[in-house]
Amino acid sequence: MMSAVKPATMNAPSSAMTQPAPEAPGPLFSPAKGKVVAITSGKGGVGKTFVSANLAAALTRRGLKVLVLDADLGLANLDVVLNLYPKITLHDVFTGKATLDDAILKAPGGFSVILAGSGLVEYSRLSPEVRDDFLNLMSEVVPRFDVVLLDTGAGISDVVLFALSLASEILLVATPEPTSLTDAYATIKVLATQQQRQQIRLIVNQAVRPGDGKTITNQLQTVLNRFVGNQGQKPADARPGLPSGVRLVHMGDIPSDQSVKDAVMRRQLLLVHTPGSPAALAVGQIAGRLEETVISPDRG
Amino acid sequence: MKVEQLRLDKVKALLAQAGWPLPECQPGQEAAFVQTLLDALCDLSSRDPLTGLMNRRSLMVTLEQELDRVARSGDAALLLMVDIDHFKHVNDTHGHVAGDAVIRAVSQALLDCVRPMDTVGRFGGEEFAIVFPNCPPAFAAVVGERIRARVQALLIDVAGHPPLKVTVSCGGAFAPPWLRTTPLSWVERADAQMYLAKAAGRNTVAIEPQAISEVSAEEKGLLFGLNPPDPLMIHDQADQ
Repeated sequence: MMSAVKPATMNAPSSAMTQPAPEAPGPLFSPAKGKVVAITSGKGGVGKTFVSANLAAALTRRGLKVLVLDADLGLANLDVVLNLYPKITLHDVFTGKATLDDAILKAPGGFSVILAGSGLVEYSRLSPEVRDDFLNLMSEVVPRFDVVLLDTGAGISDVVLFALSLASEILLVATPEPTSLTDAYATIKVLATQQQRQQIRLIVNQAVRPGDGKTITNQLQTVLNRFVGNQGQKPADARPGLPSGVRLVHMGDIPSDQSVKDAVMRRQLLLVHTPGSPAALAVGQIAGRLEETVISPDRG
Repeated sequence: MKVEQLRLDKVKALLAQAGWPLPECQPGQEAAFVQTLLDALCDLSSRDPLTGLMNRRSLMVTLEQELDRVARSGDAALLLMVDIDHFKHVNDTHGHVAGDAVIRAVSQALLDCVRPMDTVGRFGGEEFAIVFPNCPPAFAAVVGERIRARVQALLIDVAGHPPLKVTVSCGGAFAPPWLRTTPLSWVERADAQMYLAKAAGRNTVAIEPQAISEVSAEEKGLLFGLNPPDPLMIHDQADQ
């Protein structure tokens, strides 16, 4: 039925059209592939900041120059996880009170970190000024590191979606609980429809059984194929305007582990506190996969 | 620069045909004279002669500027493609003069439906494009519906015919906030919705779903229904 409709683009002579071919939307800020990795989650409290900090430490051990940027503007708690209470934060850089170099700190795991400072109410709303400040910051810091991890807030607020739009790769952290899965699914849906993301990487934290992550990834992918995008759709049922499909890549599981709770309570990195624990080993494996497939896939 | 050296015959003929007053060159005001001519020619080359609306070329410029603005501001900007239903039938049955009258009447109806800040253009043939900056997503369907109803209510006078009636199909898509994209891909997304409206029987409005965050009961059912209560089943799946 739709093929009976004459495409409107044929109404004008093609010589009048000098437009470039349509391309997939891209971020305003386009870092080299794999250089900016956002770590996010649908639901709060699933261990996003824990993953960011320990992943950064593991990547540093692999010889990479890593920066973790607290992109949870206004509600930062990377400082708590790292037990760092700096005098200079992103807020001072944005307001011109300090230079960027002053705000780049060395974290216990050997990586660099920029903290936003907690409770910056003015950043919880995304104004054009904050966006411009952030874009400028990114273009300054990204060339200095092998990889920049953006520790974003949870959910789908403007601030989170903006931070995610700056990343070339998205790592979504979820736990096996139904609420976390539903929120992860909603986040993926928004990223697929609003940012036309075609690939999202999944880390399952607090996995109870081996294989939890694979099962969860399969479940999410099945529902996504059915309801989001046109993956697996017959051409007749294809829904225009939706992306061709979003692919989930399972990056690994972090098992539920008492040592994680102990490390968090002591405000230490797990990789420092109990490097031999199952969870620490799992983070190390994920870091390896991340380096091989995302950050420097051409190196080896 | 001597104005007499410029070959202006064709320029003047074009401007006269379009009804532009021909400027006079005052001594010492040569630059102002040429600027007036350039402005007039720019205007001429950016408008559709039949309707006076923006033509496709200048629409593309507007789309590019709007995309650029939205990419930085994150504002919601809607592009609505409006296509007259069964227009070929109007031309075939009533002739091209009637067809032109219909195009002009619809373009006026579109202009009557929009705010001063919106841009209405003739994209080509019987297809129009409207750019709505700062259009909250919740209003997209309302705006489209207003246009659809307005056109449906038109009685178009054409000499020698009883008043003609036409309908339009509208398709809309929002510019993606904070992303770099091209005018053509924006047009394609809005067009895709317009074809959906055609496929749904015409005289309808289809808007591309905005970042969907709701999770329906059906989706939840599938999400958790797959989660088998028997742990053995989980191992089976994981080993695949």
